[in-house]
Amino acid sequence: MNEILILTILTIITAATPLVYAAIGELVVERAGVLNLGVEGMMLAGAVCSFATAHHTGSGMAAIVAGMLAGMLMALLFAFLTLSLQSSQVATGLALTIFGVGLSALIGQSLVGIAFEGLPSLNIPMLSNLPVVGQLLFSHDILVYGSFVLVAAVAWFLNRTRAGLVLRSVGDSHDAAHALGLKVIRVRYCATLFGGACAGIGGSYLSLVYTPMWGENMSAGRGWIALALVVFAVWQPGRLLLGAYLFGGISILQLHAQALGINVPSQLMSMLPYVTTILVLVLISRNRGRIRRNAPASIGQPFHPTT
Amino acid sequence: MIALQRRAHPSRLMGYLAPLIAFVLTLLSGLLLFALLGVPIFEAFHAFFIEPISTVYGLAELGVKAAPLVIIGVALSIGFRAQVWNIGAEGQLILGGIAGAAVALYFYEVDEWFVLPLMILASILGGMLWASVPALLKTRFNVNEILTSLMLTYVAALLLSWLVSGPMRDPDGFNFPESRLFHDAALLPRLLSGTRLHIGALVALGVVVAGWLLLSKTLLGFALRVNGAAPRAGAHAGFSQNRLVWVALLLGGGCAGVAGLFEVAGPIGQLLPNISPGYGFTAIIVAFLGRLHPVGVLFAGLVMALSYLGGESAQITLNLPLAVTGVFQGMLLFFLLATDVLINYRITRKRQS
Amino acid sequence: MMDTPTKTPALVEMVGISKAYPGCLANDSIDISLSAGRVHALLGENGAGKSTLVKILYGLLAQDSGSIHWQGKPVDISSPAVARELGIAMVFQHFSLFESLSVLENIALGMDADADSDLRNKIITVSTRYGLPLDPDRSVFTLSVGERQRIEIVRCLLQNPKVLIMDEPTSVLTPLEVNELFATLSRLAEEGMAILYISHKLEEIRKLCHDATILRGGRKVATADPREETAQGLAALMMGSDIPKAVLREQSKTGKTLFSLSQLNYPALDQNGISLQGINLSISAGEIVGIAGVAGNGQDELMQVIAGEVLAHLDDAISLHDSAIGRQGAGERRKRGLCCVPEERLGHAAVPTLSLTENVFLTAHHRKALRIAGLVSYRRSRKFANEIIQRFNVQCNGPASLAGSLSGGNLQKFIVGREILQAPNVLVVSQPTWGVDAGAARAIHDALRTLADEGAAVLLVSQDLDELMQISDRIGALCAGRLSNFHQTSRVTVQQVGLLMGGESIDRQALNADSGADA
Repeated sequence: MNEILILTILTIITAATPLVYAAIGELVVERAGVLNLGVEGMMLAGAVCSFATAHHTGSGMAAIVAGMLAGMLMALLFAFLTLSLQSSQVATGLALTIFGVGLSALIGQSLVGIAFEGLPSLNIPMLSNLPVVGQLLFSHDILVYGSFVLVAAVAWFLNRTRAGLVLRSVGDSHDAAHALGLKVIRVRYCATLFGGACAGIGGSYLSLVYTPMWGENMSAGRGWIALALVVFAVWQPGRLLLGAYLFGGISILQLHAQALGINVPSQLMSMLPYVTTILVLVLISRNRGRIRRNAPASIGQPFHPTT
Repeated sequence: MIALQRRAHPSRLMGYLAPLIAFVLTLLSGLLLFALLGVPIFEAFHAFFIEPISTVYGLAELGVKAAPLVIIGVALSIGFRAQVWNIGAEGQLILGGIAGAAVALYFYEVDEWFVLPLMILASILGGMLWASVPALLKTRFNVNEILTSLMLTYVAALLLSWLVSGPMRDPDGFNFPESRLFHDAALLPRLLSGTRLHIGALVALGVVVAGWLLLSKTLLGFALRVNGAAPRAGAHAGFSQNRLVWVALLLGGGCAGVAGLFEVAGPIGQLLPNISPGYGFTAIIVAFLGRLHPVGVLFAGLVMALSYLGGESAQITLNLPLAVTGVFQGMLLFFLLATDVLINYRITRKRQS
Repeated sequence: MMDTPTKTPALVEMVGISKAYPGCLANDSIDISLSAGRVHALLGENGAGKSTLVKILYGLLAQDSGSIHWQGKPVDISSPAVARELGIAMVFQHFSLFESLSVLENIALGMDADADSDLRNKIITVSTRYGLPLDPDRSVFTLSVGERQRIEIVRCLLQNPKVLIMDEPTSVLTPLEVNELFATLSRLAEEGMAILYISHKLEEIRKLCHDATILRGGRKVATADPREETAQGLAALMMGSDIPKAVLREQSKTGKTLFSLSQLNYPALDQNGISLQGINLSISAGEIVGIAGVAGNGQDELMQVIAGEVLAHLDDAISLHDSAIGRQGAGERRKRGLCCVPEERLGHAAVPTLSLTENVFLTAHHRKALRIAGLVSYRRSRKFANEIIQRFNVQCNGPASLAGSLSGGNLQKFIVGREILQAPNVLVVSQPTWGVDAGAARAIHDALRTLADEGAAVLLVSQDLDELMQISDRIGALCAGRLSNFHQTSRVTVQQVGLLMGGESIDRQALNADSGADA
């Protein structure tokens, strides 16, 4: 098989993986009825903390954990404001992004221009030596494997476990869930923290693998694209994986455009992911009935348990 | 345990106090942050809040920075009142700047009175054009305007980057990605000689008054408020939701567009790859901090402008990273959102049963 | 009917229960005790404190003082889980169901069980046994209101409760469904369950219950044996004074047709909605026409199409004064004299976060000329708000009060007043006295009557049959999006209207025979 094609597919995987993490986290958050628009901010926090840890310890594993914790800390801030203090989810999410951009730039001030060797590939014995397939499927870093496991685990959790059922019920109607004695706020805290952890890992992937270095605002809107992906997936984990890979493909198209002989200015090629996001949103959203059937009914609404 | 108890009526007092409390909390946390960064806190405080406005030039700069924030902030607060979440003002600002600059460059060295008005008109239309995309998609296809307006911001930034390094690049500019310097007829008149304060500051005041009139005195403003607070009541009264989405977005786009023009034809004087330090995003904070009220936005705009100046000044005198500004802005919004809870709830001790 | 079960020692007893909310004492030292095998009615008007009391029993609210005893022992019911543990189950008035989940998942959630095949079989067993047919795998949003209630009941029964709380269960059911429910409840009582039955409908309490506790204004005012009281007597206990006897109105003089719907069709607004099919109706000046029907049979859709919140497909499907208005928006229709009072007070008829002055401007700005040179005149709006407050005796802190701060009854008086004082030619009202105390209901009914007597046409859409029988001149019913024929109210019985609500038509001969027998 063509070496270039294999490389292209590998790049698509690299481009899609951070989206998978950020989006699957947000999917769980939204299924619990919370809209966290701060994914971009959480990703940046994850990216910078992860990179700083990698730089100081040299340990990829520690770096991933740091990224995850940073995302969770940001999510905790969001959860405290929206769930405990009843602030507007839209406004708080925007604030989280603005704050994340500033904070990560501040933390990352001294890290600009430093490189990191990246995460080691986990070559699966025997299988990774297979021609083509070995390279495509069995010689990635741990986060790539992790992303597939995570999506499968989330799908299983949501549809097959009682805790998943509780989470969906809270997203469908927090009042009904509260009336049954379910802990709405607790469920939403957990979901929001999970979303933060995922976004943080997504950020880690950007600064450890995708471009193994830190740059201000390096997520470049991926947090927002992750939000769009959740809509694209109509809140179904399987479709989300598909969507992320579609976007991964589009965003690396610009890298290969020149090679393919397409002579378009790089800036215009870089618009593609954003323009595609808009087009995809149009295609999905125009079917109002479908959105209404699948969107968690209580999304974005504040909940105060005494009433 | 601390618990929240809903007030029978929202507290009017807290409505005014919350932003002040938030400001004080931000200040305290900021000092803590400086201490953590190992910066002497009094010097930092002085550099951040006092030094920038201790000269006439500094005060003029405050007006330069506040003008775009107020112009956009007023328009955004009108939209937010109607629950239309246009968060792509940054992109609309860029389009306004591009459109205005296109006129300036087209009439390069045409020394006529009409150049500037034409630029302003073009910038308004440019911003509106960019905002009309989310409006159309929202009203026709039910697409969330938050995501579309934001995606278009990235597109606008890339468009600008392409234009200044391609079609609109200065032919004598040694391939630097920037346009020609505008000639005098395409520059905004200065209000104060020796400073960069331009007529945009006056326009901002006009926008505040107009925004206040619109919101509190006209049927349109009333309709926007009603549809934001209770969309079904708006439908009952006969206010068209789609029309109001269009109004809110076009208003935001137009104002952001003209703010963009004021940057390129004011302090900058040419088209650069980067024409705004995130005014379109900061204006979101300004709108919330100003309680979505035009007069409040005016004060909030000044506070936020100070945070930009303070950041620059702290960078120069204390070698602090410019990113401190963003952290401050984010913290202020967080504290505001947190203290807002006091308007509708009172804090009580939870009874142990 | 049924035998009186022997009185056994109390299964659960609530003693001296008090609960205060900011600004109101919802329960003031209330005692009540329930025994196995008996159906105990908790009777009271809206706002009497019934819901608060049962929420305390079910662990949803904590009482401020007082105690609960279970089989003689004091217990602390701190959450619904504790209540369920003891054997208390509750069917809510507004079903706490999850629209997007299946019947099985909904039931699993309510009973700390997994949604597996074991539970599925149990559901099928219980539902067949008690005559409550249910398909465990259907999504809730596809079910009718009656079917949804069955889910709640089955969910409770699966826990083998000793006490079953039913909160206003019949308010959403057709007469036929009510009979089926009563059969189920009687059977459960015979099997030894204690049932707490909350209602304000006197006839059904007399038919079903063995004991009654009557609440008024948060206090327990009496206990009674409902089978030995007359409806009139129970009503007097419930309301504190003798209620006015229903006066059969004389047929009023009617003028020319002011408002008509002809062959109005409208597709369902969403998948839960009902499509309106071939609606024909005309109303003359001076007439009140009533439309009965169980909620969810197209009332919302009809109100929206008439109000102009959604437009009819054909302009001449709706006419006002002989001119077609089907394609005019809500504002234009109001200008021409068609005013509406939708069912939902907060968020639809009024904006809760705006003042009464602003809420007046909301719908009256044109007809009452509340703008001067295009600008909002708060002075005129305030004046009009004050006029409404005085004429309709609205209890509030003046026109600057937020709409959301008024009690339900007062806000309703304000809204009805706002529309009536605009002197509409046609007034369309939906559920004008839902959740309103008797005094305010009376005032609203009088105002509607006066408006009609002054020559307006009034359309009253309501689920309250008593109200319709009392003030409408002609009556029909909406069932599954179709409108029945209309009859002179004075010539039909409640039972016959029940038939119309069920989608049947009244045989003309039966009509004559019945009304002859009544006379």
